[in-house]
Amino acid sequence: MSHRGKDEVLSHHLPRTAMDPAVMAVRDEKIHVAMIGLCGCWGCTLSFLDMDENLLKLLEKVTITRASFTDVKRIPRRAAIGFVEGGVANEENIETLEHFRENCDVLISVGACAVWGGVPAMRNLVPLEDCLREAYVDSPTRPLQQAPTIPYHEDIPRITTKVYPLHEVVQIDYFIPGCPPDGQTIFKVLDDLVHGRKFSIPAHINRFD
Amino acid sequence: MNSETRHLTFSNAPREQNLITMLWEIQRRDGWISGANVKALAEILNMSPLDVDETVSFYHFFRSTPSGKHQIYLCDSVIARMNGYEDVRAALERETGARFGGLSGDGLFGLEDTPCVGLSDQEPAMMIDDVVFTRLTPESVSDIVAQLRTGKAPADIANPSGYNSGTLDYVNTIVASNIRNRGPIFFKPMRDYHAVLQGVLARHPIEIIEEITASKLRGRGGAGFLTGLKWRLANEADGAEKFIICNADEGEPGTFKDRVLLTRSPGDVLIGMAVAAFAVGARSGILYLRAEYRYLKDYLERQIGEFREAGLLGADILGSGFTFDIRIQMGAGAYICGDETALIESCEGKRGTPRVKPPYPIQAGYQGMPTVVNNVETFAAVSRIVEEGGRWFASMGTDKSSGTRLLSVSGDCARPGIYEIEWGMRLDEVLAMVGASRPMAVQVSGPSGECVSAAKDGGRVFCYGDLSCNGSLMIFDESRDLLGIVRHFMDFFVEESCGICTPCRSGCVDMRAKVDRVIAGTAAQQDLDDCDNWGKLMRSTSRCGLGTTAAKPILTTMKSFPELYRDRLTAGDGPLLPSFDLKKALQGHEDAFQVLVKETH
Amino acid sequence: MATKLSIDGKEISASEGETLIDVAADNGVYIPSLCYMRGRPCLGTCRVCSVVVNGSIMPACTVRISGDMVVEVAKPEVADMRKALVEANFSEGNHNCPSCEKSGRCELQAVAYEVEMVVSRFPYRFPERERDQAARLIFLERDRCIFCQRCVEFVRDRETGRKIFSIHGRGTHARIDIDVELADRMPPEQAREAAEMCPVGCIIEKGRGYNDPIGKRKFDIRSIRERALEEDNK
Repeated sequence: MSHRGKDEVLSHHLPRTAMDPAVMAVRDEKIHVAMIGLCGCWGCTLSFLDMDENLLKLLEKVTITRASFTDVKRIPRRAAIGFVEGGVANEENIETLEHFRENCDVLISVGACAVWGGVPAMRNLVPLEDCLREAYVDSPTRPLQQAPTIPYHEDIPRITTKVYPLHEVVQIDYFIPGCPPDGQTIFKVLDDLVHGRKFSIPAHINRFD
Repeated sequence: MNSETRHLTFSNAPREQNLITMLWEIQRRDGWISGANVKALAEILNMSPLDVDETVSFYHFFRSTPSGKHQIYLCDSVIARMNGYEDVRAALERETGARFGGLSGDGLFGLEDTPCVGLSDQEPAMMIDDVVFTRLTPESVSDIVAQLRTGKAPADIANPSGYNSGTLDYVNTIVASNIRNRGPIFFKPMRDYHAVLQGVLARHPIEIIEEITASKLRGRGGAGFLTGLKWRLANEADGAEKFIICNADEGEPGTFKDRVLLTRSPGDVLIGMAVAAFAVGARSGILYLRAEYRYLKDYLERQIGEFREAGLLGADILGSGFTFDIRIQMGAGAYICGDETALIESCEGKRGTPRVKPPYPIQAGYQGMPTVVNNVETFAAVSRIVEEGGRWFASMGTDKSSGTRLLSVSGDCARPGIYEIEWGMRLDEVLAMVGASRPMAVQVSGPSGECVSAAKDGGRVFCYGDLSCNGSLMIFDESRDLLGIVRHFMDFFVEESCGICTPCRSGCVDMRAKVDRVIAGTAAQQDLDDCDNWGKLMRSTSRCGLGTTAAKPILTTMKSFPELYRDRLTAGDGPLLPSFDLKKALQGHEDAFQVLVKETH
Repeated sequence: MATKLSIDGKEISASEGETLIDVAADNGVYIPSLCYMRGRPCLGTCRVCSVVVNGSIMPACTVRISGDMVVEVAKPEVADMRKALVEANFSEGNHNCPSCEKSGRCELQAVAYEVEMVVSRFPYRFPERERDQAARLIFLERDRCIFCQRCVEFVRDRETGRKIFSIHGRGTHARIDIDVELADRMPPEQAREAAEMCPVGCIIEKGRGYNDPIGKRKFDIRSIRERALEEDNK
């Protein structure tokens, strides 16, 4: 993503509706959590919502800044906790992960894809060349009348040679395995962290699938 | 082919115990071991073909694909690399037309690398068929290959005088012994074995064990277990039969003293084995000879034959009623077989996988029977102890480390070769003795031992409490790339790990990757901490000595030369880990794109 | 002969010669393992049952009880070693739990939960090992094999006693092999036994997988720890 056009306007540069100062003041007091999904299915983020009423308990202590729920696209100020699902499969994933690492005190790698690559990492057993050939050259859905188009353009993030677990790219502090992890497991980890308790996922709630 | 295989194997006892011998016979006939032969052998032995393949595929020298008429194994050891390995390798490829790992177009030559072949005092060296060629240069390689092309046999090239392969002259022509000093114990000329053995047979087995106990002799293979104690336990063990095994699988890189003992004093070793047999009540012995020492086999067979004729081996030895005989078991290329239980498995025709202990070999060893496994040097020492007395032996060396030991010295020194030193000698004394003029590091006991600093550790002492050297001493001067050497040693362990246990199988690979990081300059302090922790894991939980020591090239250089690692660490800049190769991660897409564009346009 | 030993400070009576891992289980102390099967010969391959015995670390499946042993299982240092060994097995193969037929009845996975593994500390290798589907009743997903040797040692042709499974090569290059001719002589119950004996999803029964829904699978119902400590496991 080397290309930064002169006339380009990025969404997070657009003016935002001002928030209620009172609401903002209360939020500022709380622990800031930023969330993102890299190469994954957003299932872990959905699972986060599955903590049900515990979400309300958690929100007494934390406020969620950047996240798909809030539609906030950048981390507005340094966050205490970064919650990252999905593995690293393209250039944009790397940039986003760097941004999270630079702007979060603690990073949590959430779900199978973040922890070891997950389903996307199944392509690690196949050379990237073969993956692209299968998808764009030999694909049965390719328009027959024209030459195959293999995506490679400065405006499109390059695909990484392999899919990488997050902790091979940046320092990661905690891991929550699972595909996806159970909402209550996510809650326990976050609740422990915001209350200064030791991280632990005991056997009865630990899941890899 | 099947009927031929049947014929071959029926000439031996068709038992699983003989599988490796049978495989060698097939390979020596055909140059390789075909699937059809595996199948035929499996039928004969009532095994599944894949069970035979388990053994075939375990050993480095067994080939499951056709070989060249001459299969050339070039020794790739750190010492060879210090002495011109690269040039010799290039010359071999040029002269034969083959690439390493493959065959020449005319099928005449196959080239392969092999780890240390026990010739570190005369590297570079290569094995061709049953012989070795030492002190190679590109010129000598070109000469040897040219002669092979004329149809000359390797043995005729290595032995132009045409000595019989059973003679000492033959062995001496092929390899040099390089014995550099004379000590009190080893290499005594003109010994009266008849008298030695007669003296032993006149006494009670328990008295012999007491004599060995009094000598305080400890096993010379490396672990240093008290020989007298081992024999006493074997003597007391119940078993319908008992066995003596001489471990001549001298695989530790840098060591070659057993080769020289077997060359110059084979009688010492055979007598030592007979003494052990008498002491513990064994009737059969096996001399397990590493495949790399194949050129010693005929010579040793003849020695054993002469001992039989002289009544020193065989039935009713010297009219005493005591019966003991020895057979030679060839290895087939596996460092792990230096482990006594792996060696026993190999003798039984299986993969050289170390057994779960207990039971120990003295309780249940070869064929489940009490078995004493001792090193070549241990048996040779025994033959002298029963002659001169345990007290005499114990009067040499130190209190806890009695007697002398043989050092195989190689690397950067004026006089590489074999030295007999009394235990208690200091490292700097040894370095001066061998003519090491500017040593930087000394690898004591090979990769599985310790890398010490000549500057800091010169005062350290050769003894079981300090430098408990297993016989290998490699010297590196300041011009050497120590991290490269560490990397080479880790490669060796990755290739030689048998894979039976998790910590060694996985740990060797992961530790090697850490060295790569250090060399590439992408390691952080965390990587060194990982090395410490993972090394500890391997040491504590591995099944045998290979796994427990395989991290030592890294751990001991980290201790002796911390600056070597420290100077290459990086803190990284920015959030990306220094070990994450961003360029490589992003290059794949473009590379794939270029290939596909070429294909489709 | 009866003797006493202590496990994590608790005094226990046992008979000399019994296997430590069994004695511990009988006394409510779970020691994880991936290769040991109670009542069968010790394989000693996975090393996951490593504990401290009289100050030295050794695998509990190889230790025979003798007088006055002091055993430490919970000691953090050795507990972390057990965890590391489990993690090593994950990084060496491709253990894609979400897509694996064996998930929920996989011993490697179940043991990983018990040692509270969340990630492997070793780099994931993504090895490429070809699967073998030639046999009639079972197939091999070779990249899941952890070389425990259970199938190699314990599954034999019933008529000839020959090995059906074997290891080709050594070290990190090793791979599990199957003798298709002998495998096809296995009656269905023996094929099932082989698949169930496999502590990972390497030996898979054809036509069987994902049969039980999540929550109803073997180790969902009862954890591997509970099973190891069950009375009727003796």
